[in-house]
Amino acid sequence: MAIVAQSSKFSIYGRPVLAWGVGLMFFFPIFWMVLTSFKTDADAVKPENLIFFTPTLENYLNMTENYDYWRFARNSVISAVSATIFTLFVSVPAAYAMAFNPTRATKDVLMWMLSTKMLPAAAVLYPMIFLAKGIGLYDTHILVITVLSLINLPIAVWMLFTYFKEIPKDIIEAGKMDGVNTWGEIKEILVPLAWGGIASTALLVFIFCWNEAYWTVRLTTIDAATLSKLIEGNRAPEGLFFGRLSAVSTAAVGPIVVLGWFCQKQLVQGLTFGAVK
Amino acid sequence: MPFSKGLCAASAIALMAGSAATAESLTIAIVNNGHMINMQTVAEAYSAETGVELNWVSLEESVLREQVTSDTATGGGQYDIINIGMQEAPIWGAAGWIEPLNFSSEYDVDDILPAMRNGLSHEGTLYAAPFYGESSMVMYRKDLTDAAGVAIADNDSWDNVKAAAAAIHNPDAGVYGACLRGKPGWGDNMAFITTVVNSFGGAWFDADGRPQLDSAEWNAAINFYVDLLGNYGPPGSEGNSFNEILALYNEGKCGMWIDATIAASFLEVDGVAYAQSPNAGNPVGANWLWAWAMAIPAGSPNAEAAADFIEWATSKEYVKAVGNHAEFGWGSVPTGQRASTYAIPEFQAAASFAAAELAAIESAAPGVTDLKPYVGVQFASIPEFPEVGSAVAQEMAAALSGAKSVEDALAASQDAADAIMREAGYYD
Repeated sequence: MAIVAQSSKFSIYGRPVLAWGVGLMFFFPIFWMVLTSFKTDADAVKPENLIFFTPTLENYLNMTENYDYWRFARNSVISAVSATIFTLFVSVPAAYAMAFNPTRATKDVLMWMLSTKMLPAAAVLYPMIFLAKGIGLYDTHILVITVLSLINLPIAVWMLFTYFKEIPKDIIEAGKMDGVNTWGEIKEILVPLAWGGIASTALLVFIFCWNEAYWTVRLTTIDAATLSKLIEGNRAPEGLFFGRLSAVSTAAVGPIVVLGWFCQKQLVQGLTFGAVK
Repeated sequence: MPFSKGLCAASAIALMAGSAATAESLTIAIVNNGHMINMQTVAEAYSAETGVELNWVSLEESVLREQVTSDTATGGGQYDIINIGMQEAPIWGAAGWIEPLNFSSEYDVDDILPAMRNGLSHEGTLYAAPFYGESSMVMYRKDLTDAAGVAIADNDSWDNVKAAAAAIHNPDAGVYGACLRGKPGWGDNMAFITTVVNSFGGAWFDADGRPQLDSAEWNAAINFYVDLLGNYGPPGSEGNSFNEILALYNEGKCGMWIDATIAASFLEVDGVAYAQSPNAGNPVGANWLWAWAMAIPAGSPNAEAAADFIEWATSKEYVKAVGNHAEFGWGSVPTGQRASTYAIPEFQAAASFAAAELAAIESAAPGVTDLKPYVGVQFASIPEFPEVGSAVAQEMAAALSGAKSVEDALAASQDAADAIMREAGYYD
């Protein structure tokens, strides 16, 4: 009885406190970045101005006037949205085939797809640059979208495969009995049933695409450069100007944080789908 | 069909967003330096006059190096003009990664300060044109030294400098005797430390490329540095570099600061005076020399237009254009590159540090000497230096913080440097 009582006390008080603690711990760096973005570079390194300071929009004005923030932001939107759509377009049918029509090779194919994530990106950097330049796609959106889609495909297929496995095969087969073709099965039956999982996969892929820095910095110059490149370019040779850097970083991660905030219900639902039966 | 429609939309967006570079456009990779950011605005007049579209790409130093080297290795064409520092210019020129610069007769090459010209050349050929240069000097609070009854002279001895730091050190009043770089990095703490080591008669390598960090000169120099900064510096100095010290200085917390001459243009406190860098007997190498320059990477399809732009951006006319620009003025002109800049009355009036900066740059000696068998003052102009410098920088920060003794830090530094140089094939 004592154990049960202790357990419920923990459930009532301990868990929320723990959850808030962990939540605040994860949120603190973002809070600090936003706070620092309103400080001058000088105030940002003064211990007495840690919390109390005169806020300024100087860093944000500098970012838009001197660094063409909107061009980078537009490129990020184009790349991340297009890559997410393309990834889903390929991964939904792939996961469908593997979940509902598995063969003996399905598990091996899944493992092989995942194993491509284990390849260090630096190992294929130069071949990628040669290839991109050779076919004239260097610094284009098509290249960035293709690369972002390819690096996120394994994760997307795995996630979708897991969600689709939870859907009873009988429902799909009932559709077949009614004469629905394969594309119809995906569109009319699978997508509505697994919408939560597809949405959370899309959101996660979008976040990965938006935050990707290794390839977007190295495969672009001007025309397709994303916000990652803007952040990278704000590191000065004289050192880190924290006020400026925080403003650029806030403006770069802001949209994705807001999106995540509004979609957190779907995200959590999707990520826990099938975890508890 | 939502998916196919989505895919079509994505492709259409991507195709529409792609744009081809025109023949009249130059892509310029720059470091995030204040003078380069200003140049983007000043150069609007150049574009208006010539019709050449300028695309600026701001990159972090190490990413810029990586991108330019990979671009060169894969046939070039990504950038038409790049920013390059004095450490790489001679190396890249020798390797054929950047084009030699040939200017028209109107461009006054001889006006470029000799130290800068030499530092950016390889075997007498100029590979990069400086748009901004700097040395180092002492920036001290004369009001504090006067009140304490001490003085700091040009090229003073380190002992006198330490005595002056001790005299003005008053932590209870929030004033620290000496603010010096302590944050680890080959361009951070090691820039300053190397000048101290040079002045003590030490060097990074011998003529065979063997590291000399276990020498008596290094030991004396580092013990002095740790003693000076540890006793008379602000707490947490191992985290301070240019920006942090600038903030401290402008709050009135630093009695003296030995750093890049460019810092003088950002100082906002009263009573600042300047002196040439101290030394401990070695007549050369006490003050550093650095330049940010513009070069044309090999393989640029617009090399001719790039050369024309560099000629404009590093000319006397550019300096005047910045000085007369409504947004900037004479306090913002790039310095350290041309002798003629220092003769402009408006600049002299706006920059009280001008004479001290010019003297520091002119006396900097990056060339090979008996004591220092490599090019460079606060660095060695060899490809391996950034790696060696970064490894040693961590050890020096550990010595400064007290985590290691000076002897242990130097022994570990010697081992690390030895491993890097041996692997690079300098010796067996």
